[in-house]
Amino acid sequence: MKLLYEISAEGRALSLLPKLDVPRAELPENLRRTSPARLPQLSEIDLSRHYTALSKRTHGVNDGFYPLGSCTMKYNARVNEEAAALPGFSRVHPLQPVHTVQGSLRLLTDAETMLCEITGMDRMSFQPAAGAHGELLGLLLIKAYHKHHGNVGRNKIIVPDSAHGTNPASAAMVGYQVISVPSNAEGGVDLDALRAAVGEDTAGLMLTNPNTLGVFDKNILEITQIVHEAGGLNYYDGANLNAIMGVARPGDMGFDVVHLNLHKTFGTPHGGGGPGAGPVGVKDCLVPFLPAHQPIKLDDGYAFEDAAHTIGTVKSFYGNFLVVVRALCYILTLGREGIPEAAENAVLNSNYMMHLIKDIYPMATDGICMHEFVMALEPLKKQTGVSAMDIAKGLLDRGIHPPTMYFPLIVHEALMVEPTETESKSTLEQAADVLRELHKLAHDDPESLHQAPIHTPVRRLDEVGAARNPRLRYAFPEG
Amino acid sequence: MNIPANLKYSKSHEWVEFLTDTCARVGITDFAQSQMGDIVYINLPLEGADVVCGESFTDIESVKAVSDVFSPVSGCVSNVNGALDDAPEQMNQSPYEAWICEVQGISATEELMDAAAYQAFIEEQ
Amino acid sequence: MGSYIPSSAAERSQMLGAIGLESMRDLYQAVPEQMLVSSLDLPEGASELEVIRLMQAYAGENRVFDSIFRGAGAYHHYIPSIVKSVIAKEDFLTAYTPYQAEISQGILQSIFEYQTMIAELTGMDASNASVYDGASAAAEALTMCRDKKRTSALVASTIQPMVMSTIQTYSDGADAEVIRVPELDGRMDIEALKSLLHDGVASVYFQQPNYYGLFEDAQAIIEIAHQAGAKVIMGVNPIALALMATPGELGADIAVGEGQPLGLPLAFGGPYLGFMATRMAMVRRLPGRIVGETVDVDGKRAFVLTLQAREQHIRREKAQSNICSNQALCAMAASVYAAAMGRDGLIEVANQCHSKAVYLNQAICALPGFEVVHEGEFFHEFVTRCPIDAQLLMQKLEQRGILGGLPLDDGNILWCATEMNTKAQMDQLVDALKEVAR
Repeated sequence: MKLLYEISAEGRALSLLPKLDVPRAELPENLRRTSPARLPQLSEIDLSRHYTALSKRTHGVNDGFYPLGSCTMKYNARVNEEAAALPGFSRVHPLQPVHTVQGSLRLLTDAETMLCEITGMDRMSFQPAAGAHGELLGLLLIKAYHKHHGNVGRNKIIVPDSAHGTNPASAAMVGYQVISVPSNAEGGVDLDALRAAVGEDTAGLMLTNPNTLGVFDKNILEITQIVHEAGGLNYYDGANLNAIMGVARPGDMGFDVVHLNLHKTFGTPHGGGGPGAGPVGVKDCLVPFLPAHQPIKLDDGYAFEDAAHTIGTVKSFYGNFLVVVRALCYILTLGREGIPEAAENAVLNSNYMMHLIKDIYPMATDGICMHEFVMALEPLKKQTGVSAMDIAKGLLDRGIHPPTMYFPLIVHEALMVEPTETESKSTLEQAADVLRELHKLAHDDPESLHQAPIHTPVRRLDEVGAARNPRLRYAFPEG
Repeated sequence: MNIPANLKYSKSHEWVEFLTDTCARVGITDFAQSQMGDIVYINLPLEGADVVCGESFTDIESVKAVSDVFSPVSGCVSNVNGALDDAPEQMNQSPYEAWICEVQGISATEELMDAAAYQAFIEEQ
Repeated sequence: MGSYIPSSAAERSQMLGAIGLESMRDLYQAVPEQMLVSSLDLPEGASELEVIRLMQAYAGENRVFDSIFRGAGAYHHYIPSIVKSVIAKEDFLTAYTPYQAEISQGILQSIFEYQTMIAELTGMDASNASVYDGASAAAEALTMCRDKKRTSALVASTIQPMVMSTIQTYSDGADAEVIRVPELDGRMDIEALKSLLHDGVASVYFQQPNYYGLFEDAQAIIEIAHQAGAKVIMGVNPIALALMATPGELGADIAVGEGQPLGLPLAFGGPYLGFMATRMAMVRRLPGRIVGETVDVDGKRAFVLTLQAREQHIRREKAQSNICSNQALCAMAASVYAAAMGRDGLIEVANQCHSKAVYLNQAICALPGFEVVHEGEFFHEFVTRCPIDAQLLMQKLEQRGILGGLPLDDGNILWCATEMNTKAQMDQLVDALKEVAR
């Protein structure tokens, strides 16, 4: 398929702007660029067809089952989009006088109150634009807390070896040294290893619960207590909150700071990689350090407030506001009964789908899983030569987005499956049938899976060539 | 597995060719490159940088992994194989010709193996 | 109560039975009993009609201005209809990061087109797939330049204040020094820059046009910084780039900026778009996703996420940045916007902004008591003194349905004009100023 730049034709254009109604002014020569940016020249139908063609080469949740582990690819309700498009939200300048943006501020404080209730936290900042951005903020808050309390030398963050890569990367961004502790067989924290790791240099612990093997760590209270007793704070990575939202609360587990992924748990669209939102909730001990421009309800209306010892800002303005609008819509729709019901059904779907295939595919853990489960394909690969990658590519040919591959790192040939609550029993059964078919094919005709996919717009790519000789932009023809 | 007899080897799979008593070339072994898969990039060290025995002095990228390279000697980088910048695949194709850097003023050396000992070492792995 | 669970009650109990459990709460055997929530203090779930009414009520408590003369980091531009229709396409909207390239060519190609557009606008070799916003892009750019020996950054005082505070927060986190280069008549004080540079300075950051709308002496700043061995990061307005000398032409090492003017609504501050571009020599230090061109096994052109070994999921604590999710759909909006405007259209947008700002500047400064604060060329923003308290002036404009410029302090106002401001609107503003400032 051609690029925008390849379908461009000299002289084509859309008619978008009125004629200039004031005298034309020009920048002086010395400030001007020497040649125009080579943007395409197209008519509206060219552009419209181009993007329609691109959309047909894109698989979204609305195209089919998307059980991408750790990403919570649930259905994105249409009403949320309608709300976000209201002119009262979309056409408001972020620097308008406060009395003209009372609706936005009330919305943010209401969303804050509800998300605090769901997580068991005291306050929440909406500034972070994504989960990793929330991690950065959370760690900046922990760092500010220790600094404020004169806790010198607390410069280590403990992270289980099953953690998402963002955890250690975020810790490093705030100058913390990462101490990796091994996981037990269920992917949970090894208590002895944790006890050995904590000390006077512990700034905190970062944890995902349920963990990346899809298991709820039953020792959670003991874990957070060990860290608290050592003088550290506990950070909850909210990537997996969908398993327990409304059922159990990080705030009750001993966590001092959490980040949420509104684009995972609260039904806002992923947009091909963003925009999401990564709000950070904190207990009272961290409130004095929250980012600047925190919305607050006063007796006579809503306003912004800067915390006493604010860490500053991690982005401009107040976060991905329109994403918060969508998430609030979602919360209001589900309400007090619907929130836990969503979590319960996410867990039910995951257990049911695991049940349908666990006789032929070994799982990384035994027993009840939470919202996701991890298939361990090492035995299949040894037996048939068919890898987790090959199974994933086989799924592509059958209209299913593959699970997360090769994660967590502690499981070899891992496929991490997260069906979510918005898939029906029949979809789960069809997906299980496909996985059973692929398992049979791995034994009968492994070569066909090494060759997969064959029905997709392109087939397996030369990723080595792409990385060795990076071509990162269109090369215009010479002359 | 190709293990030339004239080189010395470290447990972290680097090879060392002593050019003089205090100057050596360093690269990664055939075993190391086969474990890494298709190499797409090396973060070459800078000339003049100090390297320390047993510490990482560069890393090598494949498509989906990064591997540290540990210095088998302590000294100062005197020469860097810039050709690897453009053609990192040389480390896959001919690992013993694709040297990474030369180290001068060597003041310490890790306990190194000869070819036979290294052969035995990787068979245990 | 609303719900998006498709399975019927009967199906759910069949599933529960199949896995040998009796109740939903049996699924949570691992959760300590005392931790289970009995009831949340939330409103009861609502129907779609109720929810949309609630949202309309929130939106109704905001005031939407038709006549906007405020910029200061967020700009009111025309958004072509096609931008909104493209990014509403459900395949784009509901997809995740394009890890599975074979079924994600649409998104991957659109990012490649976006990267090309950013590279063209900035005059740079390569762009990433976007970061959160202009402020975090600036902060990430500072990180790109730091090494073991050079850790400090010199930052112009004339940049957008929230970009400054974000740079400061990120740098504080990394324990890296940020020194503000003072301003002289609304621009970076070049002599001060010279005296602040030393061999520990990794980068110099400035904004073009700057917070006051003025053009900095980019050539001098870049030359002086490079002589001292520091890298140069330029924060740029993407609309102005259609006209002004690019970071690439000027010799900067990194270009960053806020992409909101490229087809994204004001939206009370977000979601916006951070763009970052650099030269090939520094491309492996770019944070975030990057799409590259390659071929598939049949030799067909295809696109894929590349240079991934830079990123957190591989490098973990050794990664330079933790970013993964970015602002992909906003980047697509920017790409559609630039393509819809086209080569000449974007130049026209920029020229209209500049021409209208020049007209407005002359009209305001002709009023008694209003005068321009800084001499020199500006793009579409400028600062004037005003004869009465600036806040009071704004209130009076607001009563007339006008969102005036941003008061910087009691007596100075930062004005902005774009292609959205008609001559009639500007004349109305000037009449109103004449009246209220009397």
